[in-house]
Amino acid sequence: MNGVHDMGGMHGFGAVQPEPDEPVFHARWEGRVRALMERTVARHYNLDEFRHAIEKMAPQEYLRATYYEKWLHAVETLLIEKGVISEAELSGRMPPSPTMAAPLELGPRPPLVARFKPGDRVLTRTMHPRGHTRLARYARGKRGVIRTVNGPFLLPDTNAHGTGRDWEACYAVEFTPRELWGDDAEPQLEEMDRICIDLWESYLAPRREEREDA
Amino acid sequence: MSDHDHGHRHDHKESGHHPEAPSEVEARTLALESLLLEKGLVTSEEIDKIIDAYEHDIGPMIGARVVARAWSDDGYRARLLVDGTAAVRELGFDHPANTELRVLENRPGVHNMVVCTLCSCYPWAVLGLPPVWYKSAPYRSRAVSEPRAVLAEFGVGLTPGVAVNVWDSSSDLRYMVLPERPEGTEGWSEEQLATIVTRDCMIGVGIPQLPSKSPAGTVS
Repeated sequence: MNGVHDMGGMHGFGAVQPEPDEPVFHARWEGRVRALMERTVARHYNLDEFRHAIEKMAPQEYLRATYYEKWLHAVETLLIEKGVISEAELSGRMPPSPTMAAPLELGPRPPLVARFKPGDRVLTRTMHPRGHTRLARYARGKRGVIRTVNGPFLLPDTNAHGTGRDWEACYAVEFTPRELWGDDAEPQLEEMDRICIDLWESYLAPRREEREDA
Repeated sequence: MSDHDHGHRHDHKESGHHPEAPSEVEARTLALESLLLEKGLVTSEEIDKIIDAYEHDIGPMIGARVVARAWSDDGYRARLLVDGTAAVRELGFDHPANTELRVLENRPGVHNMVVCTLCSCYPWAVLGLPPVWYKSAPYRSRAVSEPRAVLAEFGVGLTPGVAVNVWDSSSDLRYMVLPERPEGTEGWSEEQLATIVTRDCMIGVGIPQLPSKSPAGTVS
């Protein structure tokens, strides 16, 4: 989905602000939220569903919420959606009842079957799905070159929606800054710089034009 | 210190079920935890153990040990670059099975840096949990479009002719940067070397610095 989480190339957020001597958790509840997520992910929901639950937050809420507030929202939402808990139980209006939800079944990972090899030229898809994807907006419709071949990994676009368990090769695809940002590429950005993005096979089409461009 | 992204807000209005005050978040966390405890889906011991591990056992010192070994042992370095996950386990550290560690080698003429523009993917098994800035909008938005400006803000000055490779971590690969071993560390032990390998160096927004006084002789 074209959400505000898809931040690559956005303007206006200001400088990166490192925090000196930053603690692992800024409050006790943050660690507990993290632990509750880790104990429920891959049992009651998968990581792609988790990411998508965060992305579906209203944009203004996404930007306002702290990191672990987003996590808490996603864990609550998914456990309710999956029937592991109910809103009435969570709010204390009903006493807890035993959970009937079955744990996730994770099948074996198949061997890697890859359509592309390092050096292959590819074109990324132009797409604007309403659901989850890991093809960031700034990398759509762009010409790149396969750098490494990895996986197979589950395609997030279907895994986040329970519509398929599609194991696909996944590639680090490299792009020139100019391909991604045109004349607005960082002024001092050298021609030799590269942006490498992990992309699933179905995000990519072969590209056969002869021009030397990437 | 900024509270821009970890919340000490004092607004008391609420928006639906997303309360703004930290105490509300804490109350929701407690409600969720106690419900899951009562249903037998988690135990307090498991939760405490996870928190304790992040606060004490999992952190950049693991990555620093990996880097120091790679700097000291060419065979290990080669194995690390081929299969980061296996090489980390070889040193006795845990690595989760659902992700693979990919180590990016800085070398003369190439500097690597890592970002996750879509969420916050991070090699936590070797670096611990990410700092707030890594998960923040400024870093996620700018690392791919103006990496050199971001590097400059972190004080990383690249010599002319060095290419920047930015890795947007959007899949099940987790990227860690293997920095270049600095001049002046000849003869250092792995323990000494590990002291100059910071988290930022392994994200790619730092360069290992020698202390103003050489630790040689101060570390056994």
